[in-house]
Amino acid sequence: MENKHQTNVTRFFGSGQNALIVILGIFILYPFLASNYFIDIAFFFGIYALLGLSLNIVLGEVGLFDLGHAGFYAIGAYTTAILNTKFGIPVLLLLPASALAAALFAFAVCSPIIHLRGDYLCIVTIGMGEIVRLALINNPFDLTGGPNGVFGIDFPAVGPFFIIDSSIEFYFFIWLVVGITIAGLLRLQKSRIGRAWNYIREDETAAGAAGINVRYYKLLAFVLGAALAGVAGNIYASKLMCVSPESFTFWESCLMFCIVLIGGMGSIPGVIIGAAFISLFPEIFRPFTMYRMLVFGTVMILMMMFRPGGAWPRKRGGPPFTALLAKTGENDA
Amino acid sequence: MEVFIEQLINGLTIGSFYALIALGYSMVYGILKLINFAHGDFFALGSYIGYTVLVFASAFLTTHFGAWGMVGVALMIAALCLALVGIAVERAAYRPIYPAGRLPAVVSALGASIFLQNTIMVIWGPRYQAYPAELIPNIHLHLGGIHITLLQVVILVLSFVLMGILYYIIQKTLFGAAVRATALDRDTASLMGINFNKVIFFIFTLGPALGAITGVMVGMYYRQISFTMGWNYGLKAFTATILGGIGNLPGAMLGGLILGILEMFGAVYISEAWKNVFVFLILILVLIFRPTGLFGEKTAEKV
Repeated sequence: MENKHQTNVTRFFGSGQNALIVILGIFILYPFLASNYFIDIAFFFGIYALLGLSLNIVLGEVGLFDLGHAGFYAIGAYTTAILNTKFGIPVLLLLPASALAAALFAFAVCSPIIHLRGDYLCIVTIGMGEIVRLALINNPFDLTGGPNGVFGIDFPAVGPFFIIDSSIEFYFFIWLVVGITIAGLLRLQKSRIGRAWNYIREDETAAGAAGINVRYYKLLAFVLGAALAGVAGNIYASKLMCVSPESFTFWESCLMFCIVLIGGMGSIPGVIIGAAFISLFPEIFRPFTMYRMLVFGTVMILMMMFRPGGAWPRKRGGPPFTALLAKTGENDA
Repeated sequence: MEVFIEQLINGLTIGSFYALIALGYSMVYGILKLINFAHGDFFALGSYIGYTVLVFASAFLTTHFGAWGMVGVALMIAALCLALVGIAVERAAYRPIYPAGRLPAVVSALGASIFLQNTIMVIWGPRYQAYPAELIPNIHLHLGGIHITLLQVVILVLSFVLMGILYYIIQKTLFGAAVRATALDRDTASLMGINFNKVIFFIFTLGPALGAITGVMVGMYYRQISFTMGWNYGLKAFTATILGGIGNLPGAMLGGLILGILEMFGAVYISEAWKNVFVFLILILVLIFRPTGLFGEKTAEKV
């Protein structure tokens, strides 16, 4: 089924497939034309895209307010850092391990709180994220290295001869992971699980009445979202070769929240646009030095004024997305 | 026992800061169902304005009003400025976004928060600023072995008077009844002739003004302010709001005081480094067993 929102794109490129080929071409050619600095910016764009996609499962698909997502990201990054530096396990093998650790953590933490609604869930996730960060700073069992973090993480090695260590290789690595994730999530959106999620987002009570196991699907969203954030943490840790608690603050969770809402809730192309905004904007406006974050804040307000549903809202057969948002606002009141 | 009571008083002092900031969160949430992330930055901006008054007008103010008068003037100027800023932010960042619903408003609030925080940084610079020392004479009071400072007494009295006034306005006056009615049901309240814009004006002047006064008091108490402190205090105050039951004003006051006491006892009896972990754990435990906060009413689920 062709989505309605692609009509503008298809008109420009002739067909959706052509558009995809052009975008892919740009992505592949970009690192050979740009300097290392700009390749690294594109790498962090990829990290934010992955984080945005992971939060999008929880916030966009199911509509659960999660402002502590940096906690899951931190668990992934620290799992990689600790297991790699203490036991010398290869980083690439730790990719699934990080995902699993973050997912298990999400399962353990979210099981008792999953029944909370709206803003109460929001503050509990904030609290969870803060507890993770403070625990990392306080260096329990001498594992996390306190405020300095963990140093000397290896680069990911594919087999004995190929090591991902240059900017270009990391660029392709992260965007390969993002690409695979997008492919998976697009299929998930159309699946039974995706439909159940969206039903819960639109009306939890009706979804429960229709026989959807609300608790199970909400937890599933948290677990999957956390696993993806854990993957992002693994790649982040191996790229920087060190992790420290200040990379996983409440501010980071807020940025992820903004990525999803600026792009458009539940919309995968939207999340990519949101991630581009969050990661590229401060770089583009670097010449403004002190004033760039002022501009950043103002632009966030303006975006919500003119595109309250996000830059690329997800459209379906039903009423426009903004109307749905306004409606949920009324329902919660 | 003396240590216990001293820590209780220290906890109450911090708790009254949280309570005053939490009131601003709770009022806005009650009326608009919006988490006003910019509120912590109102508090920080108020603190900086008070700092500027105390540093740059100190000679003029002390000769005309005396030392106590100077503090009073600083508090009032900070409150007045922040009332104006509050209204400006509401007009510029929130009002155009109400029709779009709650979530865009949250992003807009975060945008406003970033904007205010960086405004402070651009004007006053990224470094810590030190409040002038001994604005209020540094007198230590000894009451039956318990040791507190005069500053703490002033802070506690001022906070409780402010909370009392706000409680009186909201619970006893006709205008307070209008605010509560709007919080319950905005549409019906407008049909009864309540001017929604007046209510908005009220909460967006009083909330930031209370925040500003708290900011000046925090500056006098800790004597060090930074442009990022709005985040930390905002987060704690928001936690207090939820702990007490969001939208419930007495709940927000009590939530703030309880949070301050918990934090102090956590720091003394458990460990300084883990005190915030302790606070958040208590919050999560409370919400698991009372999903709408300690004093929140159970709301029936609308179908």
